[in-house]
Amino acid sequence: MDRAITLIVNNRQVSEIVPPAMTLLDFLRRRLHLMGTKEVCREGDCGACSVLIGEGEKDRVTYRSVTSCIFPVIKAAGKHVVTIEGLNRRGLNFLQREFLAEGATQCGFCTPGFLVSLSGYLLTHEDYSHQEAINALAGNICRCTGYLSIERATRKIVDQLQAANLSSRQKLEYLVDQQVLPPYFTNIARRLSDLPNQTYDESVPSDGKAYLMAGGSDLYVQKEEEISKSPLLFLDSRVFSYIERDGREIVIGGGTTFEAIRHSTLLQKYIPRLPDYLNLVASLPVRNSATVAGNIVNASPIADLTILFLALEARLILKSAQRERSLPLHKFYLGYKKLDKSSEEVLTEIRFTEPPDSFRFNFEKVSKRMHLDIASVNSAFSVTLAEDKIAEVRISAGGVAPVPLLLSETNTYLKDREISTSTVEEALKIANQEISPITDIRGSAQYKRLLLRQLILAHFVTLFPDKIDLAAFV
Amino acid sequence: MKNSDNIRHVRGESLFLDDFPVPEGTLYAAVYASPIAHGRMKRIDITRAMQVSGVRAILTAKDIPGQNQIGSIISDETLLAEDQVQYIGEPLAVVVADDQETARRACRLIELKADALPVVTDPREAYRQGHLLAPPVVFSMGDTESAWANCNLIVEDRVDIGGQEHLYLETQGALAWPTEGDGLKIISSTQGPTAVQRNIARVLNLPMHRVEVDVLRLGGAFGGKEDQATSWAVMAALAAHHLKQPVKLILSRKEDLYMTGKRHPYSADYKIGLNAGGKILAYQVTFYQNGGAYADLSTAILERTLFHATNSYYIPNVRATGISCRTNLPPNTAFRGFGGPQGMFVIEAAIHKAARALGWPAYRLQQKNLLEEGDLLYYGQKTEACHLKRCWDEAIDRYELSRREEEVHKFNSTHRLLKKGLAMMPITFGISFTNSLLNQASALIHVYTDGSIGISTAAIEMGQGVNQKIRTVVARLFSVDIDRVKMETTNTTRIANTSATAASTGADLNGNAALIAGQTILNRLRLHAAALLGIKDTKKIDIRDERVCIDGQPGDLYWPELIQSAYVNRISLSAQAYYATPGIYFNRRENKGKPFAYHVYGTAIIEATLDCLRGTYAIDSVQIVHDFGQSLDPLVDRGQVEGAVVQGIGWLTLEELVQDSQGRLLSNTFSTYKVPDIYSAPGEIRLTFLSGVDNPLGPFNSKAIGEPPLMYGIGAYFAILNAMREFSPELNFNYRAPLTPERVLLSLYQTKLMET
Ligand code: FES
Ligand code: FES
Repeated sequence: MDRAITLIVNNRQVSEIVPPAMTLLDFLRRRLHLMGTKEVCREGDCGACSVLIGEGEKDRVTYRSVTSCIFPVIKAAGKHVVTIEGLNRRGLNFLQREFLAEGATQCGFCTPGFLVSLSGYLLTHEDYSHQEAINALAGNICRCTGYLSIERATRKIVDQLQAANLSSRQKLEYLVDQQVLPPYFTNIARRLSDLPNQTYDESVPSDGKAYLMAGGSDLYVQKEEEISKSPLLFLDSRVFSYIERDGREIVIGGGTTFEAIRHSTLLQKYIPRLPDYLNLVASLPVRNSATVAGNIVNASPIADLTILFLALEARLILKSAQRERSLPLHKFYLGYKKLDKSSEEVLTEIRFTEPPDSFRFNFEKVSKRMHLDIASVNSAFSVTLAEDKIAEVRISAGGVAPVPLLLSETNTYLKDREISTSTVEEALKIANQEISPITDIRGSAQYKRLLLRQLILAHFVTLFPDKIDLAAFV
Repeated sequence: MKNSDNIRHVRGESLFLDDFPVPEGTLYAAVYASPIAHGRMKRIDITRAMQVSGVRAILTAKDIPGQNQIGSIISDETLLAEDQVQYIGEPLAVVVADDQETARRACRLIELKADALPVVTDPREAYRQGHLLAPPVVFSMGDTESAWANCNLIVEDRVDIGGQEHLYLETQGALAWPTEGDGLKIISSTQGPTAVQRNIARVLNLPMHRVEVDVLRLGGAFGGKEDQATSWAVMAALAAHHLKQPVKLILSRKEDLYMTGKRHPYSADYKIGLNAGGKILAYQVTFYQNGGAYADLSTAILERTLFHATNSYYIPNVRATGISCRTNLPPNTAFRGFGGPQGMFVIEAAIHKAARALGWPAYRLQQKNLLEEGDLLYYGQKTEACHLKRCWDEAIDRYELSRREEEVHKFNSTHRLLKKGLAMMPITFGISFTNSLLNQASALIHVYTDGSIGISTAAIEMGQGVNQKIRTVVARLFSVDIDRVKMETTNTTRIANTSATAASTGADLNGNAALIAGQTILNRLRLHAAALLGIKDTKKIDIRDERVCIDGQPGDLYWPELIQSAYVNRISLSAQAYYATPGIYFNRRENKGKPFAYHVYGTAIIEATLDCLRGTYAIDSVQIVHDFGQSLDPLVDRGQVEGAVVQGIGWLTLEELVQDSQGRLLSNTFSTYKVPDIYSAPGEIRLTFLSGVDNPLGPFNSKAIGEPPLMYGIGAYFAILNAMREFSPELNFNYRAPLTPERVLLSLYQTKLMET
């Protein structure tokens, strides 16, 4: 069913009737003829279509970058959408000047995407750092420049701006003043609050055939054609997005985005390197859209977040109109892309028990390209020691079986043992028998076997370098 | 700056094919392509597709009024297959509909009925079965057979090199609309507007002057739109011609990936012989080129492989054989370097392996054999103004190779699981189309009455900055503000019979043509100024910084007034000019000659760090001394080097094309074919412009830049390999590219594998 939406695109209020699955990219290019936003891959993997989405909350607007090719336009209803055209001012803005000065554009096809992503970074961060700015650009592919000029420009931009300790209003004014943003940005909050309230509730038709979209980052890629014809439901991110403590448990709402997880101090307490791991997983725009529930329900045998949660012994809360139940994550997967979940059930929550103080965690992932590539093999490792012995241990592994795998036999073997060269040797052997990798685009079966061995070894080398003798393994 | 492409790029205002407002009544086309790699066609069933509402026509081979032929060098390729299909993705029908979705949906309802035939995707297998695109070619000098006897060391091996997807961000496409009298106008995303024009004329049976092709800019090309932009434009033209309505055809990313050709994969066997002092005495090599199903540009690419088979080394006895093999893959095509990189990779692999046998670091062996001034290259050309050794020595000096070696050594002895490797990579790359006739260009310059200048040439702007360079050349010639100078679109009605913008020659050929045209106008202006100012000797007159000078002294006559006055006095302010590179030829019976106007030289030092536990690596630095001649625009040239280096590294490391045995491309999306991202770019690329060099054949002494630096990327492969050897000195290594983390890990742990 087509829907009427009202939103602000750049400096203009727009009301249009759109089909529910229309992507924001098509809306911008075909309806509004804003051609600066480019179509390149249509799967969230290149960043050429990046735009900013600003959500109003009282008197402030919170922006995030998204890849518009996998973002449904109706989710932009009531929001501010910023494209490259909306960053232009008379002459050139500060970022554009630096990009020119460093020669950070060649064919120009990727350039609007880079500038939008970088503007998004400047809008959403407080303490600017070169490293984080680059991270915000990691989802943008350029085939011409080799990136070095883009890095140089970015460094110069970040070095010249200082926005720490500014309120959100002050920051907007500062960025306008520095010619990063055009002046109209300062009155967007007010204009957003004047927009009509727009919520969409489509009920599930009696045949149960509807797509429930969480972030959409995978659904568009896999099923663009089907979703364009079916009713589409949205997991409302405001309702299901939270990370909190509940007694001795940590609870994560199904609609929580990867980026929210990355920034969670609560989770970082147990997994200090969480931000690094998530950098490997997906680019910022995808992290801004992709959700935990989507990642788990999508059932890819290689889903990074699922592998991580497996090692935390997470449980899932599944809800339908009739009932609610809880299920250990590792029991959720019945076979390749087969789930213990009825079509009425929605994955609303992920829970795990708060780890004890001696808890240690490690995550490993190897893919052809180090960042933002689907893993050949990934593995997570959680362990608690009592005295010198392993009290609890969970190793999970992706890419080595039809489902994300908890290496139960390996884990059982390791429990109550001391970490030593011979224990690890034996564990590697057992792990090797638990897995059944296949040859595919991510690597040969032989490679995946070897790689899992290396990654398990890497867990021990990373967390307990003194307890094993490397010579036995390499 | 107002006429700079880059300003429009950063504002998102540059128009690419998909951004132009389309004419009223535009229809959309999609291509139905063969789902099988080899088969005898029985029929194409379009009944269901025709029933889709919104479908306007489905065109097949029988709807072609002229020749069903688009082969460029060899006429072996149909626009739409007629009786045999040769690869998955071979176009069979063009579906035209009211909108793009409908056209694509209808495509999925078409069915090909065919008898499947055996599929060959491996070039050596194709060779064994006698499937060749052209007879083998041999280049040689001296006598390798008798030279082996004088060698103290002979090494033989096999090398396998993967292909590479261009992954220009803008996919292939064209927009065609009918003009009066059966004519057509086409906007095409092509490097070769004349190829598009000529093939449309051939397929539609029209004289070329009825077909106007216009190109504003491309969103990247890298060779992928030299020959392979043509078919899509011809299909759009065919549809527009039939329906008498504008037709737009743009490939989706997936279609582009599986239907178009790539950089050629090669397999090669070599034999290299050295004397005790490390001089290479003889080199023999056979290249099996995986050409794909049709000839495309494969034979020319193979030739360049042969031209660069000895890279930067003087070798007295050489025999190189090139075999272009026909396989059931999309026709492979031009890609930055045009076969040169593969030729260079093989000799580097040979040197690396020979150095191992000698117990030397590879760079010592490289150094012993570097080309010097006046050396005879084995295809008959002598090196001239050879700055190779200068680049090499300066790189070693400036980047402190010996200190770096020590550091790497220290690092390696203190790290168990991390190892570093260093490699040097010299390059010598010939500039000119090796098909000498293509080395011609023309330019048309108009000076308008307000003093602004418009230039038309055959050069296509695709990100390489050729527009900026030609503007610079003309602004410098007239000595006016560059803002006055604008590049026009490349249009076949203004510039006829163009050569594609390729072979790194765009700025040279078109810049030189523009210089000649500009000079003609300048001469008229000086004559006029002399008359105006009453000066007898025109030689005393010139223009500097927008002012007419007499004996170098600026007067009161400024450019706008001079132009206005010339116009009023009925002096032509336009000129057309022609340029052909002098002195080049190549005799294809003897395979000897002087194919190149000049060579580009340089040297890079590459450092890599390898994680020996996980098999992953990073390129820490690439440090280059490069011979740019006198750079027309250092920012553009630096950008070309950096981009090419990263593309070259990508080719040999993470970019892996994967096909199944039926030739179906499995790496067919952005998520399965990985090009370098910002994190996989080298930690640093340092660049030194070799000083004090000139080049009379380039505009204002500049040199071509597009392709040569890509080959520095080859050094990354050997830097990683050297790091691998630090970890396992006894490594038994197969020289195969790309060196993915998978290949690295499997090589490092060969013995562990046998245990499991
Ligand atoms: S088009 Fe590539 S991420 Fe959207
Ligand atoms: S400038 Fe061409 S892709 Fe980035």
